[in-house]
Amino acid sequence: MFRHRWSILSLLILVICILLLVATGCDDSPVDVDEVDEGEEANFLKVGIVGPMGFVQGDHSWYGAELAKEEINAAGGINVGDKNYMIQTVMVDTNELQSVDDAVSAVERAIAVDDVDLFIGGFRTEAVLPMTEVAVDNNKIFMIAGAADRSLLEGRVDVDYDRYKYLFRIAPPNNIELVTLSFILLNEVANSVRAELGIDTPRVAILMEMLTWNEPLVQIAQQQIPAMGMEVVGVWRPSATATDISTELTEIQSQGAHIIYMANSGPVAITYGRQWGELEIPACSVGLSVENQKAGYLEATGGYGEYDMSLNTYGRAAATEKSIPFWDTFMETYDDTPSHSAGTYDALYLIKDAIENIGTIDSEALAEEIANADYEGALGRVVFDEVHDVTWGPGFVTGFSNQWQDGELVAVWPYEWSPAEGVEITYQGAVPYKIPPRVIDYWKDR
Amino acid sequence: MIENILVRGLLNSCVYAMIAIGFSLIFGVARIINLSHTAFYMVAAYGIFLFNVQAGFDPILSIVLSILVVSALGVLSYRYLIDPVRERETSTLIVTIAIALMMQEIIFILFGGHYRGAVALISGHTTLIGVRVTNQYILTLAVVMTALIIVWYLLMKTRLGIAIRAAAQDREIANLMGVDVRKVAIHTMTIAVVLAALAGAMVAPIYVLEPHMWINPLVIILAIVILGGLGSIKGTFISAFILGFTEVLVVIFIPGGAFLKVTFALALMVIILLIRPEGLFGVFLEGER
Repeated sequence: MFRHRWSILSLLILVICILLLVATGCDDSPVDVDEVDEGEEANFLKVGIVGPMGFVQGDHSWYGAELAKEEINAAGGINVGDKNYMIQTVMVDTNELQSVDDAVSAVERAIAVDDVDLFIGGFRTEAVLPMTEVAVDNNKIFMIAGAADRSLLEGRVDVDYDRYKYLFRIAPPNNIELVTLSFILLNEVANSVRAELGIDTPRVAILMEMLTWNEPLVQIAQQQIPAMGMEVVGVWRPSATATDISTELTEIQSQGAHIIYMANSGPVAITYGRQWGELEIPACSVGLSVENQKAGYLEATGGYGEYDMSLNTYGRAAATEKSIPFWDTFMETYDDTPSHSAGTYDALYLIKDAIENIGTIDSEALAEEIANADYEGALGRVVFDEVHDVTWGPGFVTGFSNQWQDGELVAVWPYEWSPAEGVEITYQGAVPYKIPPRVIDYWKDR
Repeated sequence: MIENILVRGLLNSCVYAMIAIGFSLIFGVARIINLSHTAFYMVAAYGIFLFNVQAGFDPILSIVLSILVVSALGVLSYRYLIDPVRERETSTLIVTIAIALMMQEIIFILFGGHYRGAVALISGHTTLIGVRVTNQYILTLAVVMTALIIVWYLLMKTRLGIAIRAAAQDREIANLMGVDVRKVAIHTMTIAVVLAALAGAMVAPIYVLEPHMWINPLVIILAIVILGGLGSIKGTFISAFILGFTEVLVVIFIPGGAFLKVTFALALMVIILLIRPEGLFGVFLEGER
């Protein structure tokens, strides 16, 4: 009986270990679907749209590309000398959130079976790295639209240009620029707190999910925030899959935080938005939330995500004259707001222009042309730097910050942004940031 | 801080207890380790999202429909997939995990991998001894208590309860005494699945709905039932509180290590098992020959 009991216990403990492994990303459930629009007589440029389909990152990559494809094909396609190329999108479902191996296989298959000419997309750094190796092995352009890590380009394009010249990133700005951008946004909110609540030194709680991508941000924030005239009251690192962070939030409240500086990409972003609002935590929320960027965020948070603010690649404000029309068309077509992986839209247009300029789809010539591109897209003016990364800054791509106000996701930055002495940038359509009324009510008389 | 620990610990523990008791019950009376238990909980949560948010049904009606659908699923899966292999523990484990994975993939196909939320039955929050608590959590607490009382009454005061307990003590003798053991097992499975579905209904507005949402709770409830003593309802309840409070203490005292709260809870389980291998209230196989 004793041995029998231990055999059952051993089995159960083994199951716990396996489940923990599965929960942390070793699960394997690819849904590999390829959808190809077959043409009859025209020439086709086959573009592989890379991403984890079924998830927001992959879906938005696909949506952005589909929008661009429909518009370009409807306008006659790509003119290459005396030929007309129609764009054919190939869905490359990478399952990269679950399995890096699946991602590599999907790209290999797209080259070997679907005969894809070039790739756009890729979200998870660990998966994009080997996927781009496969692409460059086959001399295929890979335009990253999703993964932010600078090392996907730096240390590759600059070190071995002949091999890696096919790699580019159009969106989002790299992780170093994202840190800079998130500090700018934090500072904007802190200035509002100072001005409207009369608090000279706002107290900041850092609440960021425990994932590798935001580790540098946590380290830098603890040093940088005091230098910005604020005080850090604590650092909270819930799991990316945490279903309840009310303990963290009530502790943040008891520490007297005026601002919560967050960076969440997993399901915890929904948990956070809902509980932050429902518990009426009297602190402004600013940072980077993947879920905040979606139209369904308010519904997913039960309406409690109102006033949550996050940076984004797109916003309903005019970085260029294409920005607002793109935002509206995307909303109208997909009933969703474009997140950063929808950068596939601008990528496809940029590639179209480059092909028409050189009159060939040859990868080598195309890579040279894209490297020198100066393209005005929905996300801003796209110019690539020495490692083929999108240039961030005033006059180029700046990104946006969006806040939920009255049930709408509105652009609140750049709004009277002063990046240098005598310079002030406001994108048409952007509105002022609003401190949540409960935060004002709670702090104004204290 | 003490208030926060007390209130959060209590709420956290009750949610765990709610999910774990059905699992413990089906093991205690039918000796089935049902690893698909939290998958039924997930399906119930998605059912509420489907009926309430997508179809626009009344929230209460959505809960009832969801529980009915999940109960039917539970009974069918027991009858046709689990019962044929229930005498072989390893096969039961594999079959039930396969059922869970199938449900996960079906949910993914139907709803995608997007994170979703359901609407709370009671929105807003209440302040308890200085700690803000969402009203849905308070409702969950009330439902857990009510469910436990009903389960206790069912087991102790009804003919079905007597049959269930008899079958749990000795299936062969119960069978000889005229108890339809197979039917009792189906009833027990139904009760367990209803409890899982009820838990899913209560936490759907609190937690985030996504196709892998069944995995983390399963890890925790396995830890709870092992710690409490396999099959012991009392042990399950108490160990839910031990692990629930442990998690809260980790978050409060090690905020930068909040992601380690499950790890700490599992480490505590291992330590207690080393001291008391049968768990805190082990009744495991005591009545079996």
